[in-house]
Amino acid sequence: MEAVLLALVLMLSIFLGFELISKVPATLHTPLMSGANAISGITIVGALISAGSELGGLATILGGVAVMFATINVVGGYMVTNRMLSMFKKKPTDTAGDKS
Amino acid sequence: MSIELINIWYIVAAALFIFGLKQLGSPATAVRGNLMSSIAMLIAIVVTLFNAEIISFQWILVAAVVGAIVGGVAAQKIAMTTMPEMVALFNGSGGIASLMVGWAALYNLGNTVFTDITILISILIGGMTFTGSILAWGKLSEVVNSAAIVFGAQRFVNAVILVVIIGCCVMFTLNPAVDSPYLYAVIGLSFLFGVMAVLPIGGADMPVVISLLNSYSGLAACAAGFAINNNILIVAGAMVGAAGMILTNIMCKAMNRSLANVLFSGFGAVKQATKVEGEVKPIVPEDAFLILEAAQSVTFVPGYGMAVAQAQHVVRELGELLERNGADVTYAIHPVAGRMPGHMNVLLAEANVPYDQLIEMDDINPRINNIDVAVVIGANDVVNPAARTDENSPIYGMPIINVDHARTVFVLKRSMASGFSGVDNPLFFGENTRMLFGDAKESISSVVAEFKT
Repeated sequence: MEAVLLALVLMLSIFLGFELISKVPATLHTPLMSGANAISGITIVGALISAGSELGGLATILGGVAVMFATINVVGGYMVTNRMLSMFKKKPTDTAGDKS
Repeated sequence: MSIELINIWYIVAAALFIFGLKQLGSPATAVRGNLMSSIAMLIAIVVTLFNAEIISFQWILVAAVVGAIVGGVAAQKIAMTTMPEMVALFNGSGGIASLMVGWAALYNLGNTVFTDITILISILIGGMTFTGSILAWGKLSEVVNSAAIVFGAQRFVNAVILVVIIGCCVMFTLNPAVDSPYLYAVIGLSFLFGVMAVLPIGGADMPVVISLLNSYSGLAACAAGFAINNNILIVAGAMVGAAGMILTNIMCKAMNRSLANVLFSGFGAVKQATKVEGEVKPIVPEDAFLILEAAQSVTFVPGYGMAVAQAQHVVRELGELLERNGADVTYAIHPVAGRMPGHMNVLLAEANVPYDQLIEMDDINPRINNIDVAVVIGANDVVNPAARTDENSPIYGMPIINVDHARTVFVLKRSMASGFSGVDNPLFFGENTRMLFGDAKESISSVVAEFKT
């Protein structure tokens, strides 16, 4: 039953993802990709549980290394996306507050 | 914090991820969207740390600090032109993390067969995302040969690898011990498969690969979510997987090729384009200036060559001078120009070109006949008329920006070698085409200098 529920969540999430992204203008393809990439670093949640729950031996080491890689993905991904997005500007004639 | 409470917070995080992704879809709200999604991530991380299962924090702290420093410094230092490489590396680190999360989940007690299978899937997708991304990074940064590498028995070898992977997975699930040799075989083979998957893909097809790997990194997280029974991993991972699939599909459509064709064919190795013969008409920057000065409408068509020459800043400067001169200036962007989706848009944004001047292919083509001058900067395939006319051309059928229909075309080119995919481009011999030979940055700078005198 548990597996069926998770599969339902999976299916709904995929449809949601398709719906959310399908109309994104080409200008935003790169930030969208790197922003989505940062979200895929959510695997850090799993890494934290493995690293911290003292399963012992290899599991703890794997968890710790996974936390490091996932943090690179999360921190780097969000920062680089933010850096890119803050470069996108409208025509200077209608400035002041167009980015809020 | 109880598991129920943690799960409620995960729902909050999932909702914020959804809103964040939604807002990433419009330039006006994208910054806020990214912020919202990062807050969602923070919530997910913090509530996870309150999980009663987590009893030791020293390794987490060390690993997180190291990761944050590496990621943060990389994100700050990276030049915008090398963004595709950066995205590939971030993808790779997400992939390897998911592999390890899946692997570590084997140490949980009471795993069902279903859990074992999802563990194997997260290892497989995570592993191939990792090595695939590393190889993609190598190709993008020209550390390894960026051409498509195709050898005769490739499909056969891939099929064999796939069969062996499935065999090892079956053997493992029959006796799922943490030190099973089949487990190590699956890990090794997933690495090998990632390399084999990216080998036959050439530099010009990189936008497809980058978005596909992006999708995989999400799916790997999703599979890891099944392995550890965690909703937020499944939701966030699946959304990333779906988003990557859509981008991949857009890229394939922009090249009029199927995903299978991009992944397996080894572009350019199949067909030989009809050689076009003709005479090129070179032009010097002084004459180019005279034509541009008289132009009412100018459109710039950038390609990967603009990134290589770092010419985006001088291009913007020329664009501003032309606007001040009364011309209507646009930038026509082909969906697969560059090495990742939206590559040119990012470079031009870096150079302060307002995004409302960036025009998509479908919007510029209907009015390209009325454009006085189209300036092609380091683009080749995406403006090659052979895609419309020459059935033997490897890019036949690919939608292009019809610059040859503009009144005058300037092509900035280093020399007369053929472009990346080695196809001959009849555009260079066109009646209305003038070739401006030399480094793109220097050529544009000379024209800019003419304007200023």
